[in-house]
Amino acid sequence: MAVCIAVIAKENYPLYIRSVPTQNKLKFHYTVHTSLDVVEEKVSTVGKSLGDQRELYLGLLYPTEDYKVYGYVTNSKVKFVIVVDSSNTSLRDNEIRSMFRKLHNSFTDVMCNPFHNPGDPIQSKAFDGIVSGMMVQTG
Amino acid sequence: MSQNCLRHSSQDINYLIFPKDLRVNAANSEYPPRWEKKCAGDQGLFTSLYTSLAQQLPREPMEWRRTYGRAPKMIHLEANFVQFKEELLPKEGNKALLTFPFLHIYWTDCCDTEAYKSTVKEDMMRWQNSLRAHGSADWVIIVVDTNDTKKKNKPNILPRSSIVDKIRSDFCNKQNDRCVVLSDPLKDSSRSQESWNSLLLKLRTLLLMSFTKNLGRFEDDMRTLREKRTQPGWSFCEYFMVQEELAFVFEMLQQFEDALVQYDELDALFTQYVLNFGAGDTANWLGSFCAPVRSWSGLLLRRPIDMEKRDGIQRGEASLLDLRSYLFSRQCTLLIFLQRPWEVTQRALELLHNCVQELRLLEVSVLEGALDCWVFLSCLEVLHRIEGCCDQAQLAANCSHTVGLWAYATDKLKSLGELCGLVSEKGPTSEDLNRTVDLLAGLGDERPETVNSLQSPYKKLKEALSSVEAFERHYLELSHAAMEMYRAIGRLRSARLVGKSLAEFYMRKGDPEKAETFLQEALKSYVSEGWSLPVTHTRKQIAECQKLLGKTEDYLQTSALLAGDVNLTTEERKHFCQEILTFAGKSEDQAHKVSLSMEVFAQLTRLQFHPAMASVHSGAVLQVELTLRCLMPVSVHIQQVAASIHFDVDHGGTQGRSSGAQRQMNPGTVEFNQGTLSAGPPSSSAIRPPLELDEIQDRSPSDNSLNSTGVVCKNTHLLMRRHDSNSPPNTPNCISPPTVTMKEGAQMLKVQDIKLEPGNNSIVFTAPPGTYTLRQLCATVGHVQFVLPHIYPSVQYNVYSQEPQLTVEPLSDPLLAGLPQKVKFTLLTGHYTVKKGDALQLSNTDTMPILPSTSCTARISNPAAELVGESVLSIQSSEKVTSISLPLTPPYHTLEFQLEVLCIIPSGSERPTNERLTNGEVRHRPLKLCCVCPQMSIDCPWSIYSTLLALTFYIPFKTKHSLLSAGNRKYIQVCVQNVSDVNFTLAEMKLTEKQQAALELQSLNTKAQQLLCSKHSVFCLWEVRWKDDLPSCLQCIFSANFTPLNQDASAFKPFHYQFQLERVTTLYSVRAEILPPAGEQHCRSGFLCGLEVCITRLIEPAEGEVTEESKTDSDGLKTTKLMYEVADSSSNWAVCGKSSGMVSMPMRANATHKVQIEVMPLFAGHLPFPKIKVLKYLPHTAAVAIQPDPDSCVENDSLSLLDKMLDDQADTASIRSRGSIHSVGSGDQQQKGVAMPRLEPFSPGQVFNHSHARQVLVLPATDDHIMEVNAT
Repeated sequence: MAVCIAVIAKENYPLYIRSVPTQNKLKFHYTVHTSLDVVEEKVSTVGKSLGDQRELYLGLLYPTEDYKVYGYVTNSKVKFVIVVDSSNTSLRDNEIRSMFRKLHNSFTDVMCNPFHNPGDPIQSKAFDGIVSGMMVQTG
Repeated sequence: MSQNCLRHSSQDINYLIFPKDLRVNAANSEYPPRWEKKCAGDQGLFTSLYTSLAQQLPREPMEWRRTYGRAPKMIHLEANFVQFKEELLPKEGNKALLTFPFLHIYWTDCCDTEAYKSTVKEDMMRWQNSLRAHGSADWVIIVVDTNDTKKKNKPNILPRSSIVDKIRSDFCNKQNDRCVVLSDPLKDSSRSQESWNSLLLKLRTLLLMSFTKNLGRFEDDMRTLREKRTQPGWSFCEYFMVQEELAFVFEMLQQFEDALVQYDELDALFTQYVLNFGAGDTANWLGSFCAPVRSWSGLLLRRPIDMEKRDGIQRGEASLLDLRSYLFSRQCTLLIFLQRPWEVTQRALELLHNCVQELRLLEVSVLEGALDCWVFLSCLEVLHRIEGCCDQAQLAANCSHTVGLWAYATDKLKSLGELCGLVSEKGPTSEDLNRTVDLLAGLGDERPETVNSLQSPYKKLKEALSSVEAFERHYLELSHAAMEMYRAIGRLRSARLVGKSLAEFYMRKGDPEKAETFLQEALKSYVSEGWSLPVTHTRKQIAECQKLLGKTEDYLQTSALLAGDVNLTTEERKHFCQEILTFAGKSEDQAHKVSLSMEVFAQLTRLQFHPAMASVHSGAVLQVELTLRCLMPVSVHIQQVAASIHFDVDHGGTQGRSSGAQRQMNPGTVEFNQGTLSAGPPSSSAIRPPLELDEIQDRSPSDNSLNSTGVVCKNTHLLMRRHDSNSPPNTPNCISPPTVTMKEGAQMLKVQDIKLEPGNNSIVFTAPPGTYTLRQLCATVGHVQFVLPHIYPSVQYNVYSQEPQLTVEPLSDPLLAGLPQKVKFTLLTGHYTVKKGDALQLSNTDTMPILPSTSCTARISNPAAELVGESVLSIQSSEKVTSISLPLTPPYHTLEFQLEVLCIIPSGSERPTNERLTNGEVRHRPLKLCCVCPQMSIDCPWSIYSTLLALTFYIPFKTKHSLLSAGNRKYIQVCVQNVSDVNFTLAEMKLTEKQQAALELQSLNTKAQQLLCSKHSVFCLWEVRWKDDLPSCLQCIFSANFTPLNQDASAFKPFHYQFQLERVTTLYSVRAEILPPAGEQHCRSGFLCGLEVCITRLIEPAEGEVTEESKTDSDGLKTTKLMYEVADSSSNWAVCGKSSGMVSMPMRANATHKVQIEVMPLFAGHLPFPKIKVLKYLPHTAAVAIQPDPDSCVENDSLSLLDKMLDDQADTASIRSRGSIHSVGSGDQQQKGVAMPRLEPFSPGQVFNHSHARQVLVLPATDDHIMEVNAT
């Protein structure tokens, strides 16, 4: 389903980034990093108009020839980015949303772990499992 | 008539109303299309009406109610008027909507019944029939009624209405509205206007009815057709044409939104087919779209309708790109009508991405690079189209919408350039040229619209592919445009990514200098946001640049960073490490040394001191162990590791400890907390610097006492800095490392030739003497130095030299005199080595002998307070000196031993502990030990000077004595108070008199031994018995033995107390009686009664007494003057009359003097007697020999005042309350002097008062009607 899933801290450094092993990891790092531009843009415009009642899901950040990049920002400004292969057209917006929701839930679990130091890279196996599940389902 | 006939022949015209022909109009570029009225037939009649009809029909909007619940709309109807021809009527199955006649109109101005019957009716019938044959029910007959014809034919024609009626009855079967009368259309009258209006309204209504009906039918047909799409023969292209027809109609109605919906539906349908194809569900008609792509000429958005492509679609020959291009060009046109240019750009980007995907999905074979060409051209075409319809300001404000296309075009051009060999340094090869030619061929010829413009996408592409220079120019132009736009809208990361791509281009062009700038900028952003993989990648590129540019230092620095980068493979890391080592090994140019930051090479993780206190004496070895975590992938041979140290001048006491270590929990080990160096995620601990706290003490300059103390944070400026919530965390790796320099001339700790293995290495330095702070660290590999500019937190060590020191301290506090006490000698040897024969020489004093002890052992311990050895001391005492020979002790060791000393209690009487203060009160001192401080001097072998030793011993007892009398009998009481904290046993208490042998002191004490607890007292009593005469002065010695409780009898130590008693003999006895008033048995309160005082001389005067105090009266009797005073201190009595007086006492035994004084009891009950004091009265001359002590002097003042009053015989108040004596006239102090008569008290034993403490019963007054109750 997804080819790359990333969690980015409030300060914009990656807390977690994983991509499908078949493709160039570096490319996704660049893609995800660049997508932060659009995330910031969207958050700032949305934030102005709606105030607190902000939708966490930012939708399609930007498409490239090969990938579609979707974004999601938690209230604590942690960003989730999911990169999907463009050829995978069967994926609906709702599915992306539910992926983000699942990701957010799992992320919350990670943060609830008293042994996890917020701000450290995520090394939770459970989180890894969730992400793997999202990447394996590739049609 | 001829005119009429003519008319008749031509009047029966009927008209079709058609939608405008789009093909014609599009070709004429008269756009947007409008409805049009065409006039034919009776030119005279219709032409005259046509203009106003065509103008007025669309003037009023009509509400268009639509099927399927779509919202009603107001539309303006315009129409084409076309003369009726049979062949124009639509054939069965013809779906064309554009050529569909919506309304048939029959125009007639016939006003002649005959004519109507003969020709017009027939014509109409024919018309009606043909309409019916084609199933058209939308028609109207218009009868034009002109006044002039009416006037002309007035006599013989029927009224107009009759013709109308006839027509209505003939044709309009129950549809009267299908026949309309237009009156005087060419006249400008209200009637004519009214008639026009109703006509127009009718026409509009009918037209709209027909339109709605036919459109609905068309839509139904279209839907039916669409439902058939699963059937084998169905063709998308056919369906496309049908639905586009609908779109055209909406477009003509200016319903662009609806038109766009049609195209979007077609778009979605097609997309779905392609996706289904991808899923394995192939439709036959898709075959034509799967044909190899032969033309990639890009989008064409300048024409409203690209008829070429449309024809292609119609014929089923269009390729996928053609269909997509056409569809998008139509969508674009409509969006621009809708004023939504930014949607165009957004859709364009989606389209381009989508097309590339679709071609991939359909596995259409495309020449390599062809799609790039197509995308590039399309991007530019869209941008041009948008630029054409927006002004500059709008464009600038909406960069965010166009920038994606710019970037995409840049990207594509770059890949084209790479494909065609335009990016390499050498230029294109022949193979590249062939490819270029192939690509250019697919572009076809330039479109006629842009042939004349200078800057068409076509020209750009062609030019760019034509030469290396042109390509560069175009590519740079596009890149910069894209970057500028990204910057303008704040998408800095995207801009940097474009910049990075540009840098790659420059690198391939062999221009590393330009490339580096872009790379550094990109690197900065990745580093600051902690993206390790991009950092590594970019840094690798930078390394390449720097190598090419010959920036040796930078290159080495980058190489070092890369060599320690865990994101790289071991081979790559080894390569970069080798680069450094190779440079370092080059022998040429010895002077040139390169300093690099150590952080990239190795991290100082820990510093440890051995021993841990970081403070040793100069003889011992202090080792500093550094733990360096080497980040290199291979082991590195280091010529020298040096730590520069800084001498600390400002160093406090001699007990120097590492100030750094003091702050640590574990002194001697300093952990350096550093962030991970490889561009890993910045951990939260690396974000904030650690607290650096120091203790401050403010001491007073005079006596070095502590005024205040506190804790200061030294790095508040770092800690208190506001952390911007948006700012990225600090990462330790800097992009361009700061210039690191090793301070020259600093003292160094050095280690030569070591090998640093990857991972933790430990380096041990030996510290030179002194107090130093570690400052910098430097590792040298050939010409390369890795420098750590600051060791933080700062670490200090201390190697010191110390003089030997001897301290003597009591083991118990306080030391008690009279008992053997232990004293501890502590010798810190310092740098001195105790040799054989060294001894301490103690000078003896009498008061404090040193008790020889058999088992006196000395303990020797090392600086870490571990016991090293024990040995028995030999102590030799001579008369003057006690010599203690010391055991062998190494330097910086501690020697300890204990000695027993005894301080002998001095037996002299102590000072009185009570002293009177100026205000007359007696201050009771707190229990305080009296002390003795014997001094002795010690000679030490290491010094020529003697050490004076003063120990303070405290006397455990305080002793008081008192003389007690009973008439003539005398008793001596001694009170021993234990002021120490120890409980004692007292034994053998004795009192002896030194001089008078005849005197006997009989002990009244029952116990031989007495327990004396801490802070308690023991009283002892002796009766004095004498044979002949009692001496007036007694020299007494109290002696007792004491020992701490629960010790055996041998430990008893003596205690002596000497004192002297004077004037022991009793001279006078005083007896007082209270006599009730006459006739009463008891005294009553409030009634006067008598006080009789009887003073009796008991013994003959002694010799000294006569000379001092007596005077001879005129009658030869020796008398002495006494003064008595009745003083009642408890307000029980009121003295009436004189309370004091003078008595002349004969100096012989049993001489008695009685005094009567009136007193009045103030209360009832058993009242104590008033006090009677007897004092010596010394006349003027007598007071020479006796020096008055200050106490009596005070009393003298008041008494001399009293004397004066007595002398003056002054009248005093009959009743004087006690104490008023002292308050009257206290100012007359100046009268005192040597010549004045004085009063002197007797010593305690000289006057015996018999009535002391006696009481008398006083009854209450009889007539007391007021009861006074005193409850106290």
